[in-house]
Order: sequence, then structure tokens, then C-alpha cells
Amino acid sequence: MRKNRGFINFLFRISGILAALLFTALVLVIAKANPWEAFGNILMGAVSTPIKIADSFVAWVPLILATCGLVITFTTGLWNIGIEGQISLGAIMTTWALRLLQDSGLPPVVIILAGILAGMAGGIIWALLAGVLKFYGGVSEIFAGLGLNFIATALTLWLIFGPWKRAGVASMSGTEPFDMSIWLPTIPGYRLSVWSLALAVASVLIVYFLLQHTVIGLRLKAVGKNYKAAIQMGISPSKYMLLAFVLCGLFAGLTGAVQVLGVYHRLIPSISSGYGFLGLLVAMLVDYQIVWAVPVALLFAALNIGGIQLPIMMKIDSTLSGVMQSALVLFFMLMDGVRKKMLKKEEDLSDE
Amino acid sequence: MHIQLKNIHKYFGSVHANNDVSLTIEPGQILGLLGENGAGKSTLMKILSGLICKDNGEILINGEEQNLNSPADALRLGIGMLHQDPHDFPSMTIREDLQIWNQRSDRTRTDATDWQALMNIQEDLGFNLDLDGSVGDLTVGERQQLELARLLWLGVELLILDEPTTGISALQQEVLFSALKKLAGQGKTIIFVSHKLEEVKELCSRAVVLRKGCLIGEREAPFDENDLVKLMFGRQITRTRTAHARTRDVCMSVQNLNIEDFRIAIENVNFDLYAGEVIGLAGMEGSGQRQFLQALAGMKQPSSGHIRFGDEDLFGRNCYEYQKRGIFYVPTARMEEGLVPGMTLEEHYILSDCEKKIFIDSRKSHKTTEERIQRFNIKGRSATYSEELSGGNQQRLLLSLLQDPAQLLLLENPTRGLDIESTNWIWSILRERCQAATSIIFSSADLDELTFYADRILVFFSGRISEPLDSAGLDEERLGRMIGGKDWPK
Repeated sequence: MRKNRGFINFLFRISGILAALLFTALVLVIAKANPWEAFGNILMGAVSTPIKIADSFVAWVPLILATCGLVITFTTGLWNIGIEGQISLGAIMTTWALRLLQDSGLPPVVIILAGILAGMAGGIIWALLAGVLKFYGGVSEIFAGLGLNFIATALTLWLIFGPWKRAGVASMSGTEPFDMSIWLPTIPGYRLSVWSLALAVASVLIVYFLLQHTVIGLRLKAVGKNYKAAIQMGISPSKYMLLAFVLCGLFAGLTGAVQVLGVYHRLIPSISSGYGFLGLLVAMLVDYQIVWAVPVALLFAALNIGGIQLPIMMKIDSTLSGVMQSALVLFFMLMDGVRKKMLKKEEDLSDE
Repeated sequence: MHIQLKNIHKYFGSVHANNDVSLTIEPGQILGLLGENGAGKSTLMKILSGLICKDNGEILINGEEQNLNSPADALRLGIGMLHQDPHDFPSMTIREDLQIWNQRSDRTRTDATDWQALMNIQEDLGFNLDLDGSVGDLTVGERQQLELARLLWLGVELLILDEPTTGISALQQEVLFSALKKLAGQGKTIIFVSHKLEEVKELCSRAVVLRKGCLIGEREAPFDENDLVKLMFGRQITRTRTAHARTRDVCMSVQNLNIEDFRIAIENVNFDLYAGEVIGLAGMEGSGQRQFLQALAGMKQPSSGHIRFGDEDLFGRNCYEYQKRGIFYVPTARMEEGLVPGMTLEEHYILSDCEKKIFIDSRKSHKTTEERIQRFNIKGRSATYSEELSGGNQQRLLLSLLQDPAQLLLLENPTRGLDIESTNWIWSILRERCQAATSIIFSSADLDELTFYADRILVFFSGRISEPLDSAGLDEERLGRMIGGKDWPK
């Protein structure tokens, strides 16, 4: 009976994925493109060569880092929509630290570490702003985050076109690239850095341990599930919600730092690349379980990388990956709802 | 309305909540449905009101078999239930709340909302709800009033009341009972679910008793109380008054305390609480007891005065400072304010562990959990989620979470909705704590409970608080009059 149920659960998950694929195929047919060809291109674009596989991991790193932070805020019952801005602020602060120290003659390791720390600080400051607005200003964290996202974007653009503009002419391509000596070292021939990969894996382990094996994690959970009861247990909800913001900001800032140090090597206008919002989707899809976020984030990253092929090969916009990702989340949640409903009925029947 | 239930069965997992229940109810009758906690009373009534579906059996209404798949179905047929937990919309005004229900019901007249009819019902029942006030601001008692008025307003013919007197005052209860008798006289059918024998005795013309899901007996009025108790519990239960452990050491001294709320103002409270003493708070629901308890726990800031505890004045400190000193508040809404739904018993014990720790010691927490479950006689396992427990077990869990030893426990209606056996059990645990010099202040709507378990009683009447009255030799009638606002010194 139990084994049977596990199989049924698996079937539902698969059918959710199939439904998402069907839906995407339908969109392609409407756009007068061959779905098979498109899916094939995405797949080949993500895994056909070692370089492409490595590129998928390059995209996985910021996505899983952002998801790490979001799992914490979701656990605490917070909707941290402001994650995009927090990533941008992390990138800005990293860029600032690097600009400040690049000609100081300090060893590159120190400069890189300072960049990472500055990035984390940037993310934390921006997240704390959302938290302070919530607790002292009574502004919902959703609206606070949304507003702070716009400000972060404006700030990025102002820096790129103003104080940090390239020698000669400012451009959308971003600030002057940094010297190679202060890049996160990559595997020769690839864009992937072992260091950023290690940071991502460590972050996953830390978040898993925090939420599963520490009292602080349990308290965050209690605040998220019933803050009134938490008060009775001597847990201050505002303190722990601020802590959740700080932790999420830390991972978001790290995301920004890695994008500057390991991928773009400068500040660009869309430095967060939507990984924050994509992280929200991943976190929801895995029901805030960080372990499951690892493979799902990898799938989403692969879809992002695979989608790059589409405009070149088929003249379809690469946002098709986005359609697939959203369809996956929506259909998966839909099927999960159907499954739970059927399970309940089945239980009622078997009880007789 | 003529109701006939035939061979009703309902299972929850392995629990047989209703086992072959058959019952006929005539129009104009007030039927008492008795049984201890978990006997299956609420389940049976939820089936009849369409909230949950029966697994087996038939429901005949005026001789016709009906399928009740939702509360809306039931309402359409004229069946309305007054639940223990109010079903309303806390974020709306009363008028909006009523309009929603008016639209949901198919029985409504097509013309504009008939507010006059509602005001008539209010007047009839002696309620005084401000239609433009917010539902969320009402007390539990007032929300029950709103529900009752609403059901009658929607034209309900069969009225099911699930423990309606919990949380309302003696006076309100009197008004309610006379209204119910009036309604029965008009031919409405009423089912009165309760575990309070006196209420059933006063109100009902017939009583049926459920025990462990089975209908095990019925009696016509006049009832023999001992006989009903035997039916309910399978044996007789009497309360025994134990010796009080109160000392003359002052635990907390309250001086010139003023508490202001948007609804109520409590002025100039003065009293000393002794170590090991039990003080009971009597009064109508919403007379300021909750605000008072919360103020003494630091959950609500008083506007002025002194709360002296040891050598300190705790006025103006937050609730965590109070908790550090061993002063704990236990709210009446267990699932909403006391426990965390979606968390297991074990997780609750880890959270309430006062030892400062970073990592979860699962071996230790396992042991603690097993110990507490046993000691507090909780029907559940360490991996059971708090919301899966029954009301009585949730209350036990809540009490088992309290730090031991504690200095002062502030309990808001600690035995609300519990049967006599659970109540006795909870008080035996609380009494043990008093022996260890823990003081207790509790509120209750049950006069028996107050005079029985409290050493002294404070009576609340719309924000006024009486001098502490010694409960030994206290005239219950006088207490009742004071709760109703009489016999107060000018």
C-alpha cells in the first residue's frame, strides 16, 4: 500500500512535468515553430559539450545561492521579493571594494575576500532596510522589497553612467572590467570557477544544517508558522524575522559578489540577471526544502543556458526557457494540489 | 423540522468517531447532546450541518432523505450550526460579514438586505452589536452572539449549538436560554451540545448521551444528574477540594495600575498576590480579564502604575523580561496563540526548552518528549503534529510546555471547552505547582470552577475590578450579581 502510494506520487510529479512540456509545445506551435526542434536545441544547448555543461553550472551558482537565502525567509513566513535588489547591492558593494583596492598593491586573495565580504554587507544592508521598513514603518516586506528593487536598479544605472563610467564614453556594457588578477580563478578553458562552485555547495550545506539541526532554525520555523505562539515560547518574532532578512541578504549579497568576481568582472546594468525572481520559483517548486532545490536549480540553470541557442538556431526568443520554467512551477503545483485532494479522498474511502 | 438520523458512521483514520448513531428529533424540541470530550458530539453535529460527510447512514429531513455535502446545502435546508470557533470574517465590519452570508444563502429575499429584521432579532435576544464595528474587535462571546443572530436572520429552522455557553456571562446565558425556549416555542428545533449537566437540566426536554462514538442512552426531563454523569463517564465523578498551599510571602504587588485599551479602561488596580496562591478572575467575557492578564505578563503595556516583583518594578518591561523571571501567560486560543500548527510535539518541547543551545540534541529532546507525554497523559506521539491533537490534549500540551518551576502562571480560561475529567486533571497538575510556591491567576466563565479552585476572586465588570474576595464561604449568588454589575460599592 505504502509502496503503491510512493509510485502514485511519482506519477503525479512526472505528469506535472509532462503537462508543462505539453503547454510549452502548444506555445511553440502557436508561434509557428517545431516543438521537437526547440526542445532538442535547448537540450543540446545545455549538455552537448563540456563547456555547455560547465556553463549550466555557472548559472546554477547564483541561482542556488539566491534560493538558499529565500528558503530561510520563506521558512520564517516572509516574502522577500526584494532579493533582486539585494543581489544588485551585493554586486555594487563588491565593485566598490574592488575599485578601491585594485591599485592598493594588496595580494589579490585579500582583495577578492574583501570584495566578497563587501558584497555580503551590501546584501545585508538592503535586506535590513526591507526588514526595518516592515517592523518600524509597518510596510509589508513585499512592497518594501519591490520599491527597494527599483532603487537598486536606478542606483546601478547611475553608477555605471555617472561616477563609475568607463573612460571615454559610458555604455550599457557596464563599468571598466577589472584586471584578470582579481577575478575568481576559473578552470582553464571554461567560464566555471571551482571557488564559486564551492561557495554554493557550502551555502547549501550551511542552510540545510541551520534549518534541520539548530535551535535557531527551529525558532525561525516557529515564527513562520505561528508568531503569536512563538511569543509565548519566549521567541521574539521581530528579532528572528530581522535575522532571516540578514541571512537572506547575506546569501543575496554573495550572489552579487560571485557574479562580479567570477562571471562579469565588472558591474553591468542587469547584474542580478533575474536569478532572484527565478530563485523564488525554485523555492516554491521545492516547497522550501533546500535539498531538493539543488537538482531543480540545476535544471532551471540548464534551461537558461539551453535557451541561449534558440535565437541563433530557430529565431525564437530565448525567453522560451522562462515560459518553460514558469509552466513547470504552475503545473507542478497544480498536480500537487490534485494529488493531495485525491489522497484525501482515498484515505476517506480506505477508512471505511 | 423533523430530523431523523439512521445508522450514522464516521471514521477519522483508525478512530471510529460515530458508531451506528440513530436519533430522531421532533420539531419544537430542545435536545441536549451530552458526552465527554472526544465522545463524538461535535462530529455528529458537523455531519448534520454539512461540514463533514458521513461515511455511512442516512439523514432524513421532514421524512425525505437528504445529502448534505456542504454547510451551504444544510443552510438551504434550514440547518444552521453555531460552532465553538466562530465562522466569520475578522477583517470585515459586522455589516459586511452579514452581507457576505446573506449573498451566500439561497433563502434570502431578492430585495435589499433586511437590516430591520436583524435588529429585531438582536433586540429579541438582548444582544447589542454595533453593525459598523469590526468583527475582529469582538470578544469570543460577542462573535458567538453575531453567529447566532446571523443564523436566525438567515431563517434557520434547526439550530445546532456547540457548547454555546463557554465564554459568555451568567447574565448572557440567561438571556440566551430564554431566547432558545422562545424559539422552541415557535416550533424551531434546537440541538444543544454540552457537557454541563446543569445547563442541560435547565434547558432541555430530552437528552441523549454519546460515549466513545456510540449513542448509549437517552433520558426525558426531569433528569437525574448522577444518572447522566454515570452515562457520560461510565462512573460517578465528584470534585474534591484539596488543601491550599498559600503562604504570606508576596509574589507580586500591583499598585495603582491603569490599563487602557481602545475598548476598555481598567483603573487603579491594587492587590498583593501571595506565593502559591490561586486568584480567579470572574466576570462577563470581555470585561477586561484578558487585558489584565496580558498586562501582568508584559504582553500589553499598562498606561501607568507599578508591578512590583521581588525587588524590581516590572512596569514598562516587555514580555520576554517577564518570562525570564518565570512569569508566563497561557492564552485561551490554543491553536491560534499558544501552539504552532505544522510542528510536532517534540519540536514544541525543543522550542520551550529554556536551556540556551545552538544545536538540537535529538536524543535528549526525544527523552524529554516521551517523559512529558507520559506525565501529562497526552494522547499523541512525539512525531504527532499539534493540530492533530484534540482540544483537551492541546491544553495538556500547552501546560506541559510551561517552564518548571515558574513564579506566576497567568491562565486565560484554562479549562474552556474541556470536560469535567480533563478539568480535574489539569487542576491537579496546577495544584502541584502551587505546592511548589507557584502563584496562579486564571480567568473562567464557570462559577463553580472559580469558587472551587481559587483562594481569592477578583470580579470584573466593564473594566472595574473588585477587592479580592475570599472564595471560602463566598456566596455564589452574590458573585453572580456582581458579575452582572450589581452589589458594587458606590
